[in-house]
Amino acid sequence: MKATCWHGVNDVRVEQVPDPRILNPGDAIVKISSTAICGSDLHLYDGYVPTMEAGDILGHEFMGEVVEIGSKVSRLKVGDRVVVPFPIACGHCFFCEQKLFSVCENSNPNAHLAEKMWGHSPAGIFGYSHLTGGYAGGQAEYARVPYADVGPLVVPPDLADDKVLFLSDILPTGYMAAEACDIVPGAVVAVWGCGPVGQFAMQSAYLLGAERVIGIDRFPERLDMARDRSRAETINYELVDVPDALRQMTGGRGPDACIDAVGMEAHGVGVAYAYDRIKHVMRMESDRPTALREALMTCRNGGVVSVPGVYGGLSDKIPFGAVMNRSLTIRTGQTHVQRYMQPLLERVVRGEIDPTCIITHHMALDEAPRGYDIFKNKQEQCVKVVLHPQH
Amino acid sequence: MEKSTQQPSRRTRAGYWQYPDTAPEIREHGRLKPYGELTRPSPLAGTRGNVQVGTALAWFSIGVGIAHLLAPRAIARASGLPNWPLLLRAIGVRELACGIGLLSRPTSGAWRWSRVAGDAMDLTLLGVAAFTPGSRPRRLAATATALAGVTALDMSAGTQRRRTPSRQMLAGWPGAQRVNKSITINRPADECYRFWRHVESFPTFMDNIESVKAIDERRSHWRAKGPAGSKLEWDSEITEDMPGQLLEWRSAPGGDVDNSGSVRFVDAAGGRGTVVQVQMDYRPPAGKAGALIAKVFGEDPAQQVEKDLRRFKQLMETGEIATTEGQSHGPRSLKARLFNKGVEK
Repeated sequence: MKATCWHGVNDVRVEQVPDPRILNPGDAIVKISSTAICGSDLHLYDGYVPTMEAGDILGHEFMGEVVEIGSKVSRLKVGDRVVVPFPIACGHCFFCEQKLFSVCENSNPNAHLAEKMWGHSPAGIFGYSHLTGGYAGGQAEYARVPYADVGPLVVPPDLADDKVLFLSDILPTGYMAAEACDIVPGAVVAVWGCGPVGQFAMQSAYLLGAERVIGIDRFPERLDMARDRSRAETINYELVDVPDALRQMTGGRGPDACIDAVGMEAHGVGVAYAYDRIKHVMRMESDRPTALREALMTCRNGGVVSVPGVYGGLSDKIPFGAVMNRSLTIRTGQTHVQRYMQPLLERVVRGEIDPTCIITHHMALDEAPRGYDIFKNKQEQCVKVVLHPQH
Repeated sequence: MEKSTQQPSRRTRAGYWQYPDTAPEIREHGRLKPYGELTRPSPLAGTRGNVQVGTALAWFSIGVGIAHLLAPRAIARASGLPNWPLLLRAIGVRELACGIGLLSRPTSGAWRWSRVAGDAMDLTLLGVAAFTPGSRPRRLAATATALAGVTALDMSAGTQRRRTPSRQMLAGWPGAQRVNKSITINRPADECYRFWRHVESFPTFMDNIESVKAIDERRSHWRAKGPAGSKLEWDSEITEDMPGQLLEWRSAPGGDVDNSGSVRFVDAAGGRGTVVQVQMDYRPPAGKAGALIAKVFGEDPAQQVEKDLRRFKQLMETGEIATTEGQSHGPRSLKARLFNKGVEK
């Protein structure tokens, strides 16, 4: 089959690799109809996630048709059309029982590596470095899906791929980020990053009762999308000082909740950003927390800072004094996707949220390298790339 | 089950490792037998070494002190310092005081750190001397290097060793280790015990074990992969068997691997399944060298036990072991194929 393989910084190639096969009785093989490039794939593409190896198959947002099942699979059957959640969860451990699927205790075969990096191990993730299991990803024609009875959501045939594909990651991720904000009617929510997760976080904040949503970015097309599609007020941080603007916009108090939908490769302006950039490039810090710092400093007293953005390891100069002295709450985590798929599918069916609004590019799988390139460099006004392996 | 009425199993919950002397004996019911061929490390063994270090430092101080008092000029010449007899005699007095203090209380952290403070003063003095006429810079540099070494030694002597409860070296046996590992499994203790009691199923979750054949109810024959492709074989005997709670084993004399140990199954707090605690004493085939080789090849017993426990948990909770072995991937680099840290074989 064809698959998108990582080969180094800015180097992904679509290559011919062996077809996946069932390795465990709970596995299924899915023939992929649609798969997307995620913003977090760019951290791999840029080489900031350790333990990537040449030949790793990328991709953790995918859906398709079940073509083969293991001997112990009972819920899924061949022919089912499924969306596959990006965290791999066993469904039986202490954490799965509490619906904390992305910190499943059993699904990461490289737990010992993750423990060295993070103290304890989270769940395995498709196509996301060997720290999270080294599982082959879904930017390919086929993928092996472990614990097939637990994760994949069967979707009705009348819904187009584009409507349901993002249930695999970014729609639940944006929603969980907004849900974490303890939104009450009248709340003001600020969102750093108007990419796909940021857009869904803004729309979810409104769904959950927010009165005002503020989107922060620097690319005009993303700010336009935030204004037009997600009904947000916008700040272009290259033109406007964000803390000062937020103070003005919120009567001096700050937003009730701040969402960092940017993560470890934040961009910024000024001397502090140059300092972070240099340290990051020299691998003296693993994350560049520019957006997170701003969120922590601008959030109102007693507010919530919610972090769906991906961080890898160690960040410098986190203003923890602001967190402590101003009673802030930080909520974060890889998304517990399995928890949100069904309720969000229902919201999509009811038309409360339209996931297709963020898609700017459809491509054949062969074009994946170009997809990564334009997505990274924000060319052709790229916001979201969907790949079609069967075309 | 009657187990719930037995209190002793409760006292072995997490926490004892902070107080090594109160670590529970692995055997219960007041019966304490010698722990296989491997001697349990005496809590005093470490202390004796500790006293020796303190005494050695004390005599070193006293020696240095006397030399400074009696021959300050010779010391100054040798170390490259200018001729400062009075200052050097003062240092001699300080060293003597330090030495006598340390001799009276060899394990005292305060006296040990007083040596570090002295070293810091001396290093400062060397720095000052470097800018003073009459000093010999090359000798000063050599003295400073030696003094830095002594300072490092003093600092390490002044710092208390912290225990790593998961792996300890056993006294008296080169390379022998005690491994303590535990894991929480979301299944009843009884079920975990029953799976563990069936020794022939061990190769399903123990990576290095190739086969286990039961000889009779208590004895079994084991074959394992050793370091660097070697094969190891031994007989093992179950020495204690408390259904649903405890299993103990030890290897028979004459096998390739000396090992003994226990696994206990304790109800986890709050009804959250079972804590499985493994304690294993292990002597690698070629002593210390063997242990080192094993570590280099990623077959260090502590890590092995941890991985095996994790696989046991996966099997108990999900009926399968998480793996990526045999999955598809693109062409691998040479580095990934050589050091396949986490990369599927």
